[in-house]
Amino acid sequence: MTRKPVDTGAPDRLYTVTNGRSSVDDTLDLVTLIVAECQPTTGMQSEHSRILTLCRHPTSVVEISAELELPITVVRILLADLLDTGRITARHPPVNPSLPDPALLKEVLHGLRNL
Amino acid sequence: MGSAISELPAHRTPLADAAETGLKIVVVGGFGVGKTTLVRSVSEIRPLNTEEVMTEAGVGIDETSGVAAKSTTTVAFDFGRISLNDTMVLYLFGAPGQKRFWFLWDRLFSGTLGAVVLVDTRRMDDSWYAIDRLEHHGTPFVVAVNRFDDDANHHSLDEIRQALALPDHVPMLDCDARVRQSGKDVLITLVDHVYTLATAQEATP
Repeated sequence: MTRKPVDTGAPDRLYTVTNGRSSVDDTLDLVTLIVAECQPTTGMQSEHSRILTLCRHPTSVVEISAELELPITVVRILLADLLDTGRITARHPPVNPSLPDPALLKEVLHGLRNL
Repeated sequence: MGSAISELPAHRTPLADAAETGLKIVVVGGFGVGKTTLVRSVSEIRPLNTEEVMTEAGVGIDETSGVAAKSTTTVAFDFGRISLNDTMVLYLFGAPGQKRFWFLWDRLFSGTLGAVVLVDTRRMDDSWYAIDRLEHHGTPFVVAVNRFDDDANHHSLDEIRQALALPDHVPMLDCDARVRQSGKDVLITLVDHVYTLATAQEATP
């Protein structure tokens, strides 16, 4: 499972993809599920278009990152663009103050035992 | 099903349209301990790989304008996926144990249900740092000993617990990361442990 890191030798490419932005929208967790709310349109940035195609079915932020071969930070920036314009919606994971809800854990156990 | 090393489809199958809750468990361990093998044995997709990059100057600071020389940290990790039911999906992350990884822990793995520390008895030193960091972060974890065929001096779990100075309340178990059922048992042991902690916490006002 080795692959050439995308930043090696070509950091400029990442800035091109994000239009020079490097700030991060931390509200998008690795396992936040993204759903496309529209079809890709012509003239759209290719990464945005790929995300919309990928997210016809719910797709996690980390899977989008792996599929696009772009670091998480870059993907978060791209997703923020699409969220701002309502072209995707985000299904966020539960936020646990310290430990997860026992009822949720029970469901997880049930799912694992049935695998 | 069962003990066979599963063949996974070449293409990533999409999640159910009703999927709404993403959860995560992190498998931490040294190089070559079998993290990817464990992820692969229980995952419904062929493990994928990605990475996070961040500039050290950006840690904890909301700044984008700095032009001074920055050092960049890159952490690569594998992950797999398990659909628990129509709405819940569990992501399993295989993460390296070295220092630059912990630097990104909060960014990547905050909110994890818990962690599995995968141990190779031939290189137990690799596990100390991970155990120390998890205790520091207050992340519930279990220790799974991946038994390799060529492990000549087969240490008992008690011996390993002593060697790692692991408190009694941390569950330990043997596993074979290649075997699906064994991988499932590791995850169930972890979630069971977190469940016990969570119900105990709920009981205390």
